[in-house]
Amino acid sequence: MPLRVGIVGVGYSGFDSMTPGLSTRELMFEAASRAYEDAGIDPRKDVQSFICCTEDFWEGISITDEYMPDQLGAVLKPLCTISSDGIVGLATACMHIMSGIADVAVVESHSKISDVLNPDEISSFALDPIYNHHVNADPRFVAGMEMTRYLKDTGTKRDHCAQVAVKNKKNALLNPRGVHGANLDKRAVLSSKVAASPLTELESSKTIDGSIVFVLASAQKAKKLGDHTVSISGIGWSSDTPWIEDRDMAKAVYVEQSAARAYKMAGIRNPTTYFDLAEVDDTYSYKELQSLEALKLAGKGKAGKMVESGTFDRDGRLPVNASGGSLGVGHLLEATGLHRVLEAVLQLRGQAGRLQIPRVKKAVVQSWRGIPTATGAAAVLGN
Amino acid sequence: MKNRVAIVGAGMTLFRRRMLESPKELSFEATRMALDSAGLELKDIQSVVSGSAPDAFDGMHMKGEYLLDGTGGIGKPNQRVYVGGGTGVFTPIGGWWNVASGMYDTCLCVAEEKMSPLHPHPQYAFWSIFDQILERPLGTTLLWIFSLEMRRYMHKYGIKEEEIASVAVKNKGNAVDHPCAQLGAKITVEDVMNSEPICWPVKRLDVSPPSDGAAAVVLASEKVAKKLTDQPVWLDGVGWTLDSTHWTNRDLAYPEYVEKAAWMAYKMAGIKKPRKEIDIAEVYDPFDYKELHHMEGLQLAGKGEAPQMAVDGVTQRDGDLPVCPSGGLLGVGNPIAAAGMMKICEVFWQLRGEAGKRQVKKDARTGLAQAWGDLMQVGTVAVMRS
Amino acid sequence: MNMSQKITSYPGHEITPEDVREGKYLDVVYKFEPKYSWAAGVAISRFLAELKEGRIIARKCMRCERILVPPRMYCEQCFRPTDEWIQVKDTGTVNTYSISHVGTDARRLKTPILVAVVDLDRATPGMGILHNLGEVEPSKIKVGMKVKAVWKSSSERQGAITDIRYFKPIGD
Ligand SMILES: [Zn+2]
Repeated sequence: MPLRVGIVGVGYSGFDSMTPGLSTRELMFEAASRAYEDAGIDPRKDVQSFICCTEDFWEGISITDEYMPDQLGAVLKPLCTISSDGIVGLATACMHIMSGIADVAVVESHSKISDVLNPDEISSFALDPIYNHHVNADPRFVAGMEMTRYLKDTGTKRDHCAQVAVKNKKNALLNPRGVHGANLDKRAVLSSKVAASPLTELESSKTIDGSIVFVLASAQKAKKLGDHTVSISGIGWSSDTPWIEDRDMAKAVYVEQSAARAYKMAGIRNPTTYFDLAEVDDTYSYKELQSLEALKLAGKGKAGKMVESGTFDRDGRLPVNASGGSLGVGHLLEATGLHRVLEAVLQLRGQAGRLQIPRVKKAVVQSWRGIPTATGAAAVLGN
Repeated sequence: MKNRVAIVGAGMTLFRRRMLESPKELSFEATRMALDSAGLELKDIQSVVSGSAPDAFDGMHMKGEYLLDGTGGIGKPNQRVYVGGGTGVFTPIGGWWNVASGMYDTCLCVAEEKMSPLHPHPQYAFWSIFDQILERPLGTTLLWIFSLEMRRYMHKYGIKEEEIASVAVKNKGNAVDHPCAQLGAKITVEDVMNSEPICWPVKRLDVSPPSDGAAAVVLASEKVAKKLTDQPVWLDGVGWTLDSTHWTNRDLAYPEYVEKAAWMAYKMAGIKKPRKEIDIAEVYDPFDYKELHHMEGLQLAGKGEAPQMAVDGVTQRDGDLPVCPSGGLLGVGNPIAAAGMMKICEVFWQLRGEAGKRQVKKDARTGLAQAWGDLMQVGTVAVMRS
Repeated sequence: MNMSQKITSYPGHEITPEDVREGKYLDVVYKFEPKYSWAAGVAISRFLAELKEGRIIARKCMRCERILVPPRMYCEQCFRPTDEWIQVKDTGTVNTYSISHVGTDARRLKTPILVAVVDLDRATPGMGILHNLGEVEPSKIKVGMKVKAVWKSSSERQGAITDIRYFKPIGD
């Protein structure tokens, strides 16, 4: 079925390693205020549904939706938590709009990781309590295993992964939100400390704080709300098995499924040449390559060579993570998907400043929920 | 634009203090039963919505991911929806928008809770629902907010503890007829009054127990539902609302958030006079006073008038407005999210005339299920029709 | 006819306390201690700093004219920043109360904890905070009773909600 939902407002706050001066709620208020101003709406009157994407242990609060309504202007309004990446929140808002219960819906997600003192232990706490929890290692051991399998099955070179980190960190130097931008070479990336062999520290994104808010509207309502609407024409989300041992680790099956649904909805038959811009998961260097193949933006086992040859550079045929991605900007937990939608929306609006890529009309954005999940989402955006 | 949505199958496990089955296995059992009752297989399901309250109960981070193979979510679009204690009724609401939007034709909705893993007691998880800086240092327990709300409600309308106790008597009595019930019992108002005070005015028998369990329903679009069954139950109205975080700044005597959620659902279902148009109601009853408090929010009773209805027997199974004919959380048990879903299942079975010994006397055509949660803050409401 | 024509039994197996005692039930035990250092933020940082000084601070919204406590930098009704700091009194009225016989882990307490929502004087009516009551017989507590904060000594105060020991009744 055709999907036509407009993104009519964006706002964000934070994008820093720490935000000690603001509480989570104050951080959200800042982002929300900007998004509402951008959309030209009053949340107390104009919004029928609010959606937050959070997980309890990242907040240190059980039932985090308790602490969400006030700073979003959502008191005594429909608000709910979707425990997933922000793009699944966008999908939820789309369904609320398509089912007729909302004309305007708001999606928020954030990271306040600087409040969390032992994030690795929290990630490990998502491992199967009986079969996997006893592995007393940095949770990135899962990424190390995946990367090993991906490299073996596709013949992708170790260097190719390092090139992803080089590219994205360099791109981030142009991004005012880029906390982890750097001008490095492959040798520096490869010789940085090993995180979980073969993955190195400079190939692992680092978490940052931030809140991101989107205002979505039905096509009809969007027409009345300003002239820089970006439309969502396809959206999909999916999960592979929760059993790490049962997965085909070489492939991002959840991305294949998410993309297939999003492309079908948007009526895209040939994704390889369709897009002007891609913002894809790069929580770890190899994830970008694996995701590009699953998104059918590169043939199987081809992504590594393409990144090597500059196809995915800012001035390449298809700029991938021109924003700097998670490796360059930082990782925002469940808000990571929304961050990448934000970067794509600014590009599509022509408001990306020094980051601006000329003639961007169609973009694809994709996210992953991180270790140990095999859950992700994809969205097709255009103007 | 909006598609009509039907419930075509329901299932649930036993509710017990401690179950042998793992969270995944509980989810599977309820799901399998719901699919069987709809005559469907997992391949017929296009999307999945799961519901489970705090991760702290089962003892894992990202519980929705862990549950995926039990909830049938592998390879499918899966959403875990979450509004604390309101999650049970909210889970089929999540399914509703999957189908009503036209995005999917069939959606499996599964709610699971395994509270027994947490030691020393599941109540401990509730400590972490409170404000980290202003409330937790005071040694807060969930019971506090209930007892504070109950006391305010009693004070405002001059309600007696005995009147409230009649709800526990009714629900535990109804649960005797429920094959999954944990605490079905024939008790008296005196039993409730004489049970030990745990957080006065709340006494032991005013409270639902911690439980393990799961429940599930299958939703389908009108087109698909009509092929599957000649007895679909229509999910005609859904509503939810969250009030402010600052619960100590609120009028605790009246759940305005439930009223707002109810009117959202009533409006959608075209209900103008809820007291006249609703035939049966599965009202959220984690504590006995809560059933009364919520009936008022749901516009099924005037403010302060629900206790009299309970005392007069209006809400009995053979009464004019049967409330919690299942036995409710007080009788069947309270595996948080699964308990709300149990209410949806009960209304489904009642409207199909399949509730066996629990079948209400009147000819029930329109039913309602409601749940509540968070810091006395969220209302979730579903209106169903045969 | 049972619940559904197709349903004859309900799945699941109960584990009784006896089963657990007899070791019939296997489990994997581990302790999980997530650790946090929550940023209190602008409003609550000031609130805590004022508690350390033995005062209670609120924020006022000029549009709806409400005085909000605990303070926040935004008004949730008007959805705009709040405007000024206002000191409220450390006296108030019991909005509701409870006598808690159990602790956070549901274990029974030897001495019950007295809990109340106290609406503070000078704040907008109904603006309460959660706290304990003390120096009062449980049976003497009433909704509507006037109370006053009993503070820790200035050297003991740390900038925490527990800088107030409890609220105690004051004469009508
Ligand atoms: Zn105001």
